[in-house]
Amino acid sequence: MAAAASPASLDSAPRIMRLVAECSRSRARAGELRLPHGLVATPVFMPVGTQATMKGITAEQLDALGCRICLGNTYHLGLRPGPELIQKAHGLHGFMNWPHNLLTDSGGFQMVSLVSLSEVTEEGVRFRSPYDGDETLLSPEKSVQIQNALGSDIIMQLDDVVSSTVTGPRVEEAMYRSIRWLDRCIAAHRRPDKQNLFAIIQGGLDADLRATCLEEMTKRDVPGFAIGGLSGGESKAQFWKMVALSTSRLPKDKPRYLMGVGYATDLVVCVALGCDMFDCVFPTRTARFGSALVPTGNLQLKKKLFEKDFGPIDPECTCPTCQKHSRAFLHALLHSDNTAALHHLTVHNIAYQLQLMSAMRASIVEKRFPEFVRNFMGTMYGDPTLCPTWATEALASVGITLD
Amino acid sequence: SLRSVSVWGVGGRVEMTVSKFMAIQQALQPDWFQCLSDGEASCEEATSMKRARKSVDRSLLFLDNCLRLQEESEVLQKSVIIGVIEGGDVMEERLRSARETAKRPVGGFLLDGFQGNPATLDTRLRLLSSVTAELPEDKPRLVSGVSRPDEVLECIERGVDLFESFFPYQVTERGCALTFSFDYQPNPEETLLQQNGTQEEIKYVDQIKKIKTTGCNQEMTSFEINLKEKKYQEDFNPLVRGCSCYCCKNHTRAYIHHLLVTNELLAGVLLMMHNFEHYFGFFHSIREALKSDRLAQLKELIHRQVP
Repeated sequence: MAAAASPASLDSAPRIMRLVAECSRSRARAGELRLPHGLVATPVFMPVGTQATMKGITAEQLDALGCRICLGNTYHLGLRPGPELIQKAHGLHGFMNWPHNLLTDSGGFQMVSLVSLSEVTEEGVRFRSPYDGDETLLSPEKSVQIQNALGSDIIMQLDDVVSSTVTGPRVEEAMYRSIRWLDRCIAAHRRPDKQNLFAIIQGGLDADLRATCLEEMTKRDVPGFAIGGLSGGESKAQFWKMVALSTSRLPKDKPRYLMGVGYATDLVVCVALGCDMFDCVFPTRTARFGSALVPTGNLQLKKKLFEKDFGPIDPECTCPTCQKHSRAFLHALLHSDNTAALHHLTVHNIAYQLQLMSAMRASIVEKRFPEFVRNFMGTMYGDPTLCPTWATEALASVGITLD
Repeated sequence: SLRSVSVWGVGGRVEMTVSKFMAIQQALQPDWFQCLSDGEASCEEATSMKRARKSVDRSLLFLDNCLRLQEESEVLQKSVIIGVIEGGDVMEERLRSARETAKRPVGGFLLDGFQGNPATLDTRLRLLSSVTAELPEDKPRLVSGVSRPDEVLECIERGVDLFESFFPYQVTERGCALTFSFDYQPNPEETLLQQNGTQEEIKYVDQIKKIKTTGCNQEMTSFEINLKEKKYQEDFNPLVRGCSCYCCKNHTRAYIHHLLVTNELLAGVLLMMHNFEHYFGFFHSIREALKSDRLAQLKELIHRQVP
């Protein structure tokens, strides 16, 4: 087990994040990530392209929407098409022909989502493949090895993930194991100059466990930290407290990546709490159910009330779908056997998320973030005071009031 | 019935009368529209004389009624009606349909019922020649459902100008990419490379495979490759070397294979872009060949690729 890094080596660790502006009230920050495949403005939302593709959207379309970093999934890609093939294709970038940045998660989340097919030991996670029944052991070393082959700009440690609804000694076990696995990942990482390994803070919903994890992991010399183990089935009240605790103990000069967060309200609150990076399948997934994201929530375009609505999804939105198509047209498409509507909606929903992050960033830079938050909540809930209690409390904790 | 044609749509069966049909055209305001017709004679295996005659009579009646309604419609003044030639496999009725339809002020002619399985195409090609001989030179002739490159050329030689076809989409739906060559005057190096390529494909497609697609049981042709096959797993070439479509400029066969195997939506998107571009490229080469009187060369190239 690697010894904890000394303060001196911490100071020499490469800084991939440059802070551009900070909100004087809350913990919100605007910044810039300097990654091997270009600059990424933060706060940033990263769309999830699990299997080396963004659900029907071409790389060109994604680029045109302003996306500069998206996600790939180590577990899935490790099975199909496999790291050897991807390496032959000049890495994941080459394989999918994506010129900008990629972040790969470690496969840890599948431990929770595919729990019936997995078994965790100190060695790693044993998975039974749903495709051919073969067993694979995903160890910290193996995960890093696959991610090294994929060549993504940011790679994630393999962590011992437990569902946020789990309580008891398993949570503590997973937290300590995640620290040990972090050290194993750091040791196994062959390309620290080309790929940035992020740690993932665990500890469930237990403040003490999380605090311990934060204290230990921040001693390690990594370019960035993720806040993991949240965004599962936990209550929002517990959720925000763990996020706030985490950001209060994470270094300011390194990016904070809150995993699995994607609803608009959650993004706004968590930016206020000091998070810089987010990912979530929600916008792309909900598009495939005919749901379009708008500042007031969402439009279920399959519904009859949109049959003759000839306006765009959002008149303020600059995405190609809103420039070219009406709600009525999308409604008709959703009721046909043509899958085109799903593509149009995916484009729009990604655009919505990216435009939201852009708007937040601009407000932070222009020193009007609290006002932005008030307006956002007002639009979303009809009145800022009708914002959900947990969000009001979370914002209040960092000095933003809604009335 | 005399007054209507049954049409099956998303909501079920619709009795399409002339007035209903023209009301739809008024709403759509198309540039061209195919007239309502009775194509049932063309659907059956062996058409009786009686059924063929009926299809011609009714189609002419529909045409006359539609023309009359068009005259009365301000909105449809700019739209052009395409007359439909019916008559099944009965030569006499086909000729009658052609002559009578040609007397009406239509903008062009759709020759219905020439789609179908390749086995019957021979007899139909003879009908086709006779029919187009009766039609004016200065109006376009359309055929639907004929799409295999070799069949397209046969129809063009017999006077057809436009092809409405589903083919690139069908190819996409079965996870395939059009790869046949239509470059009848390539440079010598390319010839060698392509010949090697086409020999390979022909050798492979000795057993014709039946691949189920959405609702239509279509056989894969020798003009395409099936990207689901394992041999493309590590093939980092584009679908077709030299193709300038988005897919070929940006992606590899290996990537498409991966997308198909993982059931990703992007597979269809990329294949569709390629298949359209390839097919349009084929038609471009036909036009060029006709202009420079080299159709025979193109035809020979295409026939080399039929098993």
